[in-house]
Amino acid sequence: MNDRDKSTSPRTVPIKSSNFSDATNAEIRRAAATGIYDIRGGGAKRVVPHFDDLLFLGASISRYPLEGYRETCETNLTLGTRFAKKPIHLDIPITIAGMSFGALSGVAKEALGRGATEAGTSTTTGDGGMTEEERRHSRTLIYQYLPSRYGMNPDDLRRCDAIEVVVGQGAKPGGGGMLLGQKISDRVAEMRNLPKGIDQRSACRHPDWTGPDDLEIKILELREITDWEKPIYVKIGGARPYFDTTLAVKAGADVIVLDGMQGGTAATQNIFIEHVGQPTLACIRPAVQALEDLGLHREVQLIISGGIRHGADVAKALALGADAVSIGTAAMIALGDNDPRWEAEYNEMGTTAGAYDDWHEGMDPAGITTQNPKLTGRFDPVLGGRRLSNYLKVMALEAQTIARACGKSHVHNLEPEDLCALTVEASAMTQVPIAGTNWIPGKKTIK
Amino acid sequence: MRIFDLETESLRTLNKMLQAKVHDTNQAHWQIENPKGGHAIAVGLDAFIEVTVIGSAGYYCGGMNKKATINVQGSVGPGVAENMMSGKIVVEGDASQYAGATGNGGMLVIKGNASSRCGISMKGIDIVVHGNIGHMSAFMAQSGNLVVLGNVGDAFGDSLYEARLFVRGEVKSLGTDCIKKEMRPEHLAILQRLLEEAGANCRAEEFTRYGSARKLYNFNVDNASAY
Repeated sequence: MNDRDKSTSPRTVPIKSSNFSDATNAEIRRAAATGIYDIRGGGAKRVVPHFDDLLFLGASISRYPLEGYRETCETNLTLGTRFAKKPIHLDIPITIAGMSFGALSGVAKEALGRGATEAGTSTTTGDGGMTEEERRHSRTLIYQYLPSRYGMNPDDLRRCDAIEVVVGQGAKPGGGGMLLGQKISDRVAEMRNLPKGIDQRSACRHPDWTGPDDLEIKILELREITDWEKPIYVKIGGARPYFDTTLAVKAGADVIVLDGMQGGTAATQNIFIEHVGQPTLACIRPAVQALEDLGLHREVQLIISGGIRHGADVAKALALGADAVSIGTAAMIALGDNDPRWEAEYNEMGTTAGAYDDWHEGMDPAGITTQNPKLTGRFDPVLGGRRLSNYLKVMALEAQTIARACGKSHVHNLEPEDLCALTVEASAMTQVPIAGTNWIPGKKTIK
Repeated sequence: MRIFDLETESLRTLNKMLQAKVHDTNQAHWQIENPKGGHAIAVGLDAFIEVTVIGSAGYYCGGMNKKATINVQGSVGPGVAENMMSGKIVVEGDASQYAGATGNGGMLVIKGNASSRCGISMKGIDIVVHGNIGHMSAFMAQSGNLVVLGNVGDAFGDSLYEARLFVRGEVKSLGTDCIKKEMRPEHLAILQRLLEEAGANCRAEEFTRYGSARKLYNFNVDNASAY
């Protein structure tokens, strides 16, 4: 072949490796240049089986629907009915997940309280203690009891409405936390009893108990300190949902909070977020099965979190057996996180709206994941609360709409029989038949 | 003095009664009999009362204590004085794991020995142990003072923040980022006061001070082997 033939003959199209993708290669180069693993906020970004892999069947001849806007479809629920003297009553089955003051600004925490209260639901403290803003603006406030015990004290324990013993979270089952120095303002430092500006590590294990037998005694102590009034939640990451649920119930939990791998975090290694834990969808049925095996389904309530976005996700989680869901990332977006209005500033940081996740750096232009007064000053907690309230109400309406279409007078009457699955994986995980069939992988055909 | 017998009355009744004493009270001294290693005895107290436990207690004795003075005339299980805010707890015998864990204030005195993880994640409490303590003690200790008259086990003060550690005996090994430090006059003064308050008959000059090297306060890849 001469040179002329070479220039005109067809050439192999350049093909990039799916294994060594541009993003993968960029991360290798970043690691090589810096020597530090990537830390970011949020939950798993990879594609995993999710609620989109399920559909509702709706009513027809065999089941009849309820009239939208005219026939009642209730959304209220009570949590903590097992042992607590003062169970919690919520108007909607969507709660706000624990997010710390420190990771979030004080005004953002206030907005979460305002929004949740307007919508008739609860909000939750986080790893850093209870702030006056969130207590004052939250009708129902859940106080997290975390391994770090930052800000933990008996007075706040008594003025909360429920206690959530955090064993793990979906973004990092088995992992602790880190609030980097740039977010440690004077107030955050004081609440956590640590010097300003240093990285604050949150332990991965509780300092004074290990295992379910100890947890049972720890729960006894918490109940004794609070006169057996407060419901005790136990929050677990989506690792081994059947066994963890069983053990938490055995230890005396009133409520189980189960967080799948799409659940967010303020800051953790990207590799941890993307490679540890199970998808939310895969966690629900094993947890429900554990409760059923104990004869305590609905007596011990189950709250599911991790990637909940809209009323259909809510309805699907409830249909699979949950009593409520919890939202974190979605609540932040409702407040204004990752809003395109800040695109120019996102671009300056080398990112874009929808992808901004360096929350640990404290540079959030929306004023939500920062302690910088110039940035938090941009955030209006009243408006933020209103936006969150609107969003929560829309989600509840959406879930009601679906429930009515399935003929349910309460969203808790939704059941697995209202669902079909679109994929083999989702079917296997949820024990719901694949659409158009009566087949569930691993099960005999249902007649 | 009110005597409360845990053999005939319930833990719930006991704690409720003690916790109710939030204001000035005529009943300032309580004696608890037959604890028999029971858990969560005298937790969540919030008044200037004196409680004497005749015998040994189980987990979390005096947990989250505020203001009260608790004397255990026996030994205690794990987590004695956990998250204590103020007041004083004295254990005449030995203590199990996590003594004084995450304590914010007040003083914990253990006349015997304490087990592993004594003072873990302490946040301002003063702990004085007349005997020895076990491994991983003062792990991630944030502030306050830990005084040990005897010896200390492995990995002492691992990942320490600003807590001050004083040891009279031997330390088997130091944890990551924990170093021996100079004992300056202000430290001697603090230590002497603590020793006197804890009824320890020894001199501050006999002790060695340990503290944080502060090398792990901000992430640095060159310290990766320490993480």
